[in-house]
Parts: sequence; structure tokens; C-alpha cells
Amino acid sequence: MGVAITGMGIISAIGHSVEENKTSLMASESGIGPLRHIQTKNSKHIKVGEISLSNTQLSKQLQLSEDHSFTRTGLLGLFAAKAALQNANIITNADHKTGFITATTVGGMDMTELFLKQFATDVDAQKYIQSHHAGDATQKIADALDITEFVTTISTACSSAANAIMLGARMIKAGKLDRVIVGGSDPLSKFTINGFKTLMIQSDEPCAPFDAHRKGLNLGEAAAYLVLESDEIVQKENKNVLAYLSGYGNANDAFHQTASSENGEGAFLAMQKALKMAGLNPNQIDYVNAHGTATPNNDLSESVAIQRIFGKNNPDFSSTKAFTGHTLAAAGVVEAVFSIISLQEQTVFPNLNFKSAIPETGLIPVTSVVKKELSHVLSNSFGFGGNCSTLIFSKA
Amino acid sequence: MKKVYIHSAVTISAQNTFENSEFLNEIKAIPLKIAPAHYPNYRDYIAPAASRRMAAGVKMGVTAATKALEKANLKHPDAIIIGTGMGCIEDTEKFLNSIIANDEAFLTPTAFIQSTHNTVGAQIALGLKCKAYNNTFVHAALSFESALMDAQLLIQQEEAHHILVGGVDELGKEIINYIQLLEDAKYKGIQVPFGEGASFFVASSDTEENAVELVDMDVCSTACQETIQNKLKSFLIKNKIEHADIDALVLGRNGDAFDVYYDSVTSLFKNATKLHYKHLSGEFYTASPFGMWVAFEILKRQEIPEALIYDGKTKAEIHTILLYNQFKGRDHSFILLKR
Repeated sequence: MGVAITGMGIISAIGHSVEENKTSLMASESGIGPLRHIQTKNSKHIKVGEISLSNTQLSKQLQLSEDHSFTRTGLLGLFAAKAALQNANIITNADHKTGFITATTVGGMDMTELFLKQFATDVDAQKYIQSHHAGDATQKIADALDITEFVTTISTACSSAANAIMLGARMIKAGKLDRVIVGGSDPLSKFTINGFKTLMIQSDEPCAPFDAHRKGLNLGEAAAYLVLESDEIVQKENKNVLAYLSGYGNANDAFHQTASSENGEGAFLAMQKALKMAGLNPNQIDYVNAHGTATPNNDLSESVAIQRIFGKNNPDFSSTKAFTGHTLAAAGVVEAVFSIISLQEQTVFPNLNFKSAIPETGLIPVTSVVKKELSHVLSNSFGFGGNCSTLIFSKA
Repeated sequence: MKKVYIHSAVTISAQNTFENSEFLNEIKAIPLKIAPAHYPNYRDYIAPAASRRMAAGVKMGVTAATKALEKANLKHPDAIIIGTGMGCIEDTEKFLNSIIANDEAFLTPTAFIQSTHNTVGAQIALGLKCKAYNNTFVHAALSFESALMDAQLLIQQEEAHHILVGGVDELGKEIINYIQLLEDAKYKGIQVPFGEGASFFVASSDTEENAVELVDMDVCSTACQETIQNKLKSFLIKNKIEHADIDALVLGRNGDAFDVYYDSVTSLFKNATKLHYKHLSGEFYTASPFGMWVAFEILKRQEIPEALIYDGKTKAEIHTILLYNQFKGRDHSFILLKR
């Protein structure tokens, strides 16, 4: 059946809880809008999926001391991870061998970019020197959750969280951990906004995944976590299982540092591996939550890969990036949460802003909220460096 | 469960360890504060046009990886797994400084593209046209150990047979100075310079003559000295190894206040030769795989260079080596190697 998922937590541009995210998805309400929290000259030329809470508000809600050195990656991550544990009815992590595996691309950059030139002389800014590296936020979240055993961080660009989920599942299967909190956290930063600007793949309008006239992506920020637990815990403690992670695959496109190949080879291989592990035929997949960033390159490449896997009868698919923006390292787990909600609610969520099909492939995503029977949902996450990962979630 | 063997080990470090068939025969005195690696001649490994765009870490990583594959006679690994504590800090600083200096104008994508943490793993995959499993860990002093554990899991679970696994970090130019500033202000801070390097290995399920086996490994994020002692004892029991079986103990001593963790572990192994290495490599988040390279070479060559000995006499035969590393009392790792 796969590895049991017993809890989830999320904070994104469409809500600060699983419930709020679900409500927005059901109502087709996008979280894309103007940028508020970051000072940048690019503000007028981009739309983003920003979380409304400021760092001060998050710190207050998390009851952190005033002199804390959490960066936004840590704040969002702790917020979502706490919610995931609560959702799984976990009061302490001391009773089981517990791990924490998280993903980020930004790490402490949101503070480094503000204080770099003050680090040498400003004593107040110096607390953010050590918080620059990607593992620092992870460590702070793990400390706050009393997780002392296995703690690590993965960074494979926009497929990072999918790889964190995958590693957690493998560790449960190998008996190395009884429980593991897996996911990712990535805030918006001036660094990433300018980086994507140089690549000219950011749209100044709400993004339109899989549309023939798509102009590029909207960056977003989010953190989300799943709780994976061993079958033994599930049975002994009679845990409520939200869904099962039944398959996963990781492959590399080995084509270009930032672009996807024309035949979508990496994506094809990742989906193929995941299906094989789940023991499923392509026609058993009821819905694909696509990576669908709305960049010209990704959506075409992914469409080709989907057609190679599923043939002419591709299942219902949509990208939810027009709700949340592209949340980079967190995207894999944000969409894992959405896939699980899909299974729970037996509902496919729409691909917003779609008007006309990409001429090369003619693929048409689901554009409205559709109720249907769902047993297996496949979710894709692809990143720079050719990193491609696929997860398959199955109904509990 | 499949056993894991190490078929090759390669390191680019502050010492002459890459283009050298001898084993730490001439020790280079390294600078007191910041010790760059002894860079090899990259032309033999990377095309000059590509090399010009690459930062030190990418160049060291790709080069060490290429040689590790060559030494293991492996063309197509089933997985490429990298650990890097600071990631591509050189290009990160470069892009960030151009944002600051030009007030977000006139930016070019190269530094941004190459600042992504998974650049080394991606460049290796691209060079080999390797479409297999690819992962990058970025967790401070457990970055390499996470990668090695991932490799161990893949082999044990029979998801892969031959894996390229490595640790790489570059110094960069700016943040390292701020880190140094903080360290200098500390009571009993790190007593070795900050360094950089790339250490790569081929792990395999196939055995070979005089093979070095990765018997087991374990990591722990947070623990007190007593817990570490207990964890180490149960780690050895689990692997049916007596304390007296450990011929050499490779410790990540860096001279700071947290060396007491090493003292506490050392007390368990009276007969083992105690080794240290960070005075040769410098301290950085992926210095520990330099220690693993050291252990691999000792097992293969059956000799221990004088410069590595911290305490004790060298045994006539060296079969089993235990490595223990931690950073600031956190990110503890045990690696057990056997010939």
C-alpha cells in the first residue's frame, strides 16, 4: 500500500491552514497578487503568491523570544511543521525514533540580503551570519519540535521537497525511523526575484499554466509538511491515515542546467519509476497534479512527458501554481498536500487562467472544480539542474 | 541486506592529495586563518570554456568526481549524491553583490544559475549524460554524511548498485570572513583554519580484492557526551564489533571547546591509534569526507602518515577504522570502515 501519511500542515498564499487552503481551492480563489513584504524595484513588474503574515506576526504566533534569529524559512517552516504534528495528534516526539527532513533553496538568504554589508560591524545584524546556510533553519525547527535523532536538509531546486518526502519514506521502509516529518519551506527573497528576472521567465500577470500564450511563472512562498509513520505505529496507536505514499521516482534530465529537454526525458523517467514502484498502470492514475510552472519551456516539456507516459488518453490534470505561485523548494510538498486533499474530498482542482491548448500537444487541463472518484493521484516536481521527481498518493 | 563497499576515494584538499600517488608524504604548511585548496590542473578534466564559468566548488567537485569514477572503472553510476554545507557560496555572493552594487539593475543570469545548491550534482550528471537518481544534501556538518547514508540506503534496498557520492565546499570571498570574525571572538574557538575541498567516492554493492567495506554509519543531530558514548557502544554492538577491534580512530578534532566530545569517545578505545586531520585540511562543513579519504587510504596502503597521528602507536595491521565527527557539539556522525 505504501507509507502511511498521518498528518499534514501548510501555510501558503491561499491560507494559513489545511482547512483554509482547501476552502480556497474549492472556491477557485487564487492567492496571486502584488508583492508587499519585500522592497524591490521589480515590484511593479511581477505578481507573486505571498503569505500575508509578516515575520513579526509569525514570531508572535510561534511565541518566539524577541531576540530570536529565525529567518523567514525557519518561521514558515516551524509554523507548518507544528500544524502537521498537531494534525497527526502527536504531542511529543520523544516516544519514537523521529526524523525531520526538510527542503529549501533560499535558506537564510532573506536575512543575508538585508544585512550582508552590516555583518562586519553591526552587532545586531551578526546573529544572521550563522543563519545563512540552508541547514540552520532546519536545525531551529527541529530544536523547537524536540527532534534530536535524524535531521537533514535537501536542496535540488524546485524538486527539493519531493525528494525530502521520498527519503523519509525510504527511511521508514528501511526501519531506520518510526516517524518522520518531511516537507519544505521557501520564502520569497529579493535574490530569487532578481534571479528569475535575469532568466526572463517571470510573468507580470497571473500565471497561466499549460496555456498556449503563457508568459511565465509567478514566484510564491510556502511551507508544508507531512507526517509519515511506520505501519507499526499506525496499528498500535490506531492512527487515522490520511493517504498513502505508494510510489516515487527521481531521475535527472541531464540536458541543461536550467532548461528542460524537448522530449521531457527526466520527467518521463521519474513518472515511470514512480508508477513501477506503486505497481500501477498509467490508466490507474485518476489525476495528475502537474509541475506546470507556466514557463514556455517547462509546460511544453512536461506535456510531452505526460503524453509519452499516458498515451492519447491522459488522465485529468491541472497545475495549482496559479493558486500559490511557484513555491520552489516547497512546491513538491504543497502539491502533496493538495493531492491528499484531492483524495480526501474526491475532487480535482482547477488549472486557473487557462484559455487555449499548447498547439504542439493539444493537452487541455481541468479548468473547474470537478467531483469524481479518485484512487491514485500523481504529482510532479521538476527543478534546475535537471532534477525531476514524481510522487504517487493513494486513497487511504 | 546488501553490503556496501567503497571502490574509490579521491580528494582535492589544502594538501597535495589529488595529483599525487604518494599518501600525505609532504605536508604543506597551511595559512593560519583561511586555507584554500591546492587546485589541480583542471584542463585535464574540464573544457577551458566551461571551466571559466565555474566557481571553485563546481570545478573541484566535477574534477574529483571524474577521477573517482575513473579509479573505480565506472562510467555510468546508478545515482549521484552530493553533500555541500554552504552550497555554491562564491556565485551566491557574486549575484548578491551585483544586486546590491547595481541596485538591481544590469544583472546577468550566470551567477544566479550557478548559485543553486545542486549545481555540482547537476554538472556531473550533465557531463556524464547520467539520467539516474540525483540528490543534494545541504545540512551543515551532516551534508556529506546524509549523502553517504542515502547511498547506503539505496544499495541496501537494492535500488542502486554503483553510486557516486561526494562532499564539496568552497570558501567564497565574503561570508567566510564574517564567520571567521565570529569564531575569533569566541572563547576556545576553532584552532585550525577554515578550508575547502572536494572528496568523492564510489560506493558499490560489488566486492573486490582487498575491498574496503562501509560496515555501517549513523548520524545524530543533538546529543550530550554521555549519549554519544552510549550511542557509539550500541552502534558497535549492532555491528558485532568489539572496542578492541578498532585499530584506528579518525576524529574530527579542530581544537575548539567541543573537542571534549572526542576526548570522551577516545577513552573507550585504549588500543586504537588516534588520528586527526583537520589541521591538514582545515575545518569546513564537508571536511569529514577528507577524513574518510584518509581512512580509505590507510586501509588500502596499510600505513599511517606521521602527520595524522594524534596519539598512540601504529599497529602492524589495520583492519577496522572508526570515524567520529561533530561540529560545535552537534551533527554527530559515526562511520565504520573495514578491510
